[in-house]
Amino acid sequence: MTASPVVELHGLSRTFGTDPAVHALREVDLSIQTGEWLAIVGPSGSGKSTLLNILGLLDRQTSGTYRLDGVDVAGLNDLHRAGLRGHKLGFVFQSFHLLPHRSVLENVMLGELYNGAGRRGRRERALAALERVDLSDRAEFFPTQLSGGQQQRAAIARALIGEPSLLLCDEPTGNLDSTNATAVLDRFVQLSRDGQTLAVITHDDHVASRADRRVRIVDGILGEVPTSTSPRSRTAVG
Amino acid sequence: MTHATDPSPTGEALLPRLAFMDLITECLASLLARPGRVVLTVLGTVVGVAALVATLGLSKTAGNQIVGRFDELAATDVVVTPRASSGARTVADVLPWDAVDRSFRLSGVVAAGTLTDVDTRGDLVRSVPVVDPQAQTEFQLPVKAASPDLFRAVRATLEAGRLPDAGHSARADRVVVLGRNAAARLHVFRVDNQPAIYIGDRLYVVLGIVSSVARQPSLLGSVLMPEGTARQDFGVTAPGSVQIETRIGAASVVASELPLALSPADTTAVKVVAPPEPRRARAGVQSDLNSLFLLLGGVSLFVGAIGIANVTLVSVLERFGEIGLRRSLGAARRHIAAQFLMESTAMGLVGGILGAAVGTLVIVLVAATRTWTPVLEPWVPIGAPLLGGIVGLVAGAYPSARAATLEPVEALRSTL
Repeated sequence: MTASPVVELHGLSRTFGTDPAVHALREVDLSIQTGEWLAIVGPSGSGKSTLLNILGLLDRQTSGTYRLDGVDVAGLNDLHRAGLRGHKLGFVFQSFHLLPHRSVLENVMLGELYNGAGRRGRRERALAALERVDLSDRAEFFPTQLSGGQQQRAAIARALIGEPSLLLCDEPTGNLDSTNATAVLDRFVQLSRDGQTLAVITHDDHVASRADRRVRIVDGILGEVPTSTSPRSRTAVG
Repeated sequence: MTHATDPSPTGEALLPRLAFMDLITECLASLLARPGRVVLTVLGTVVGVAALVATLGLSKTAGNQIVGRFDELAATDVVVTPRASSGARTVADVLPWDAVDRSFRLSGVVAAGTLTDVDTRGDLVRSVPVVDPQAQTEFQLPVKAASPDLFRAVRATLEAGRLPDAGHSARADRVVVLGRNAAARLHVFRVDNQPAIYIGDRLYVVLGIVSSVARQPSLLGSVLMPEGTARQDFGVTAPGSVQIETRIGAASVVASELPLALSPADTTAVKVVAPPEPRRARAGVQSDLNSLFLLLGGVSLFVGAIGIANVTLVSVLERFGEIGLRRSLGAARRHIAAQFLMESTAMGLVGGILGAAVGTLVIVLVAATRTWTPVLEPWVPIGAPLLGGIVGLVAGAYPSARAATLEPVEALRSTL
């Protein structure tokens, strides 16, 4: 059983504009193994968000290759990229992005609206996803009735319902107080233990320290951070 | 957990798709989240569609009403007279004495009779018995010659006595029938005592009194004598007109055939007065009524479309974050476009349905106040919601395109 990497980046660069060109990412090499929890840290403006957008197929690299689940995404058109997003990726945003006028359950069900999963059993799958984030008792609530931590857990459930190969999290605890942040982090730990591949962008060292592996971006250049402190290091040679 | 490397870029299975039912559900949920806004947005469409439905229905209703005035009587009434174009004297000989027989040969003729003004050359009409120095005894009453069939053609009813027959005419008997008004002036109220009247110095026995006629109301004030009598006593040379009753719907055909039947030598010598085609009358009425209101309806529908377009555009701008989220969940551009299009179409549809209802109500109310029968083409209330939907679809085109072209990264910067 060979575990091929979920994500493989080779010499990936992203440049914005031409005069003067802004190099958001320079020659990034990165691979994320199946089941790995990767934390991407760095100061604001360093290129973290650009990397996440490219990983999430929301943006295209200027040069270099990106293979997601073995598929080179460079040649894919908009439609195929959207399809990959729906089938392979799950997003968790800093500001949750829950639809305010839909119940928690409906918000979670949105997660498989576009991936052809079919309406049959969707409710059960959504409830199961809510179960995984320990939010079953809030299924019929509206997002505005929930705490920030609960909202973020609902958003995680929405990302999980499609059983993504990679869960991309952009500052998932950025809008949360420490108590709620811890609750969300505990979910990530549990998910990672279940074998979910995670890529979490954060500037919070506490969050980063819980990951299997950390990389740091500074001025668009990605560097590995020693992982000796990580208790569950599953060192993978890419 | 292994992920086999797929040799093809992405299989068909990985393409984004959105079930139609899901699209409907999403669209309804979005609209129901802002019910007040939806109501205000569709008002313009409601007014426009209602105006169109009411206009179509009312003109139809009114048109039907006017058609109702073209009753059986008018629609079956054909009168033939000589055309008074060439010289005054020549017209007298245009119509033949057997005009009635010739008319009856045409299919669709129910009754026909000749009616001719008799020139009494100044002779006055007076009744015999009453000698009353206070009252006027001599009158200048119109005298007309009628063929026996005329009374049926004008649907005359008798108050007393009988009508002259072909025999009276053939023998040129000096008999007359009086119209009700003429009889009253001549103080003739009964015929069982065989009253007589003078025309000039000739004596005529009154056979009967006509109480009413459906056509040619001037007959009620006239003295009517048989055709043969008029020819002999007053030298009438030709019938002055032919009064014809046709079967319903046959008037125009009979009218077109009559010139050839009555004046084959010169079909232009006779003038045929036939009722107008009912359909044409209705069309005329409708086009008069319609144009302005249809224009008004069209304008308000246009305004309604602008309203929907405007609100949908605002909605797109407001929901940048939602659009970004949906793109991140795997929605293709076309799914985003479809949702906004569906929402605007649904608003148009709702407007169309409400408009059809309001318009129908207006028709019924107007018809009720005028005691008309409301008439509405069945395709109008069915087509109205469709029209509304089309308005919504067109109005949503630009905002949807706008939403679809939005870049997901940009869209995700907005919060919900």
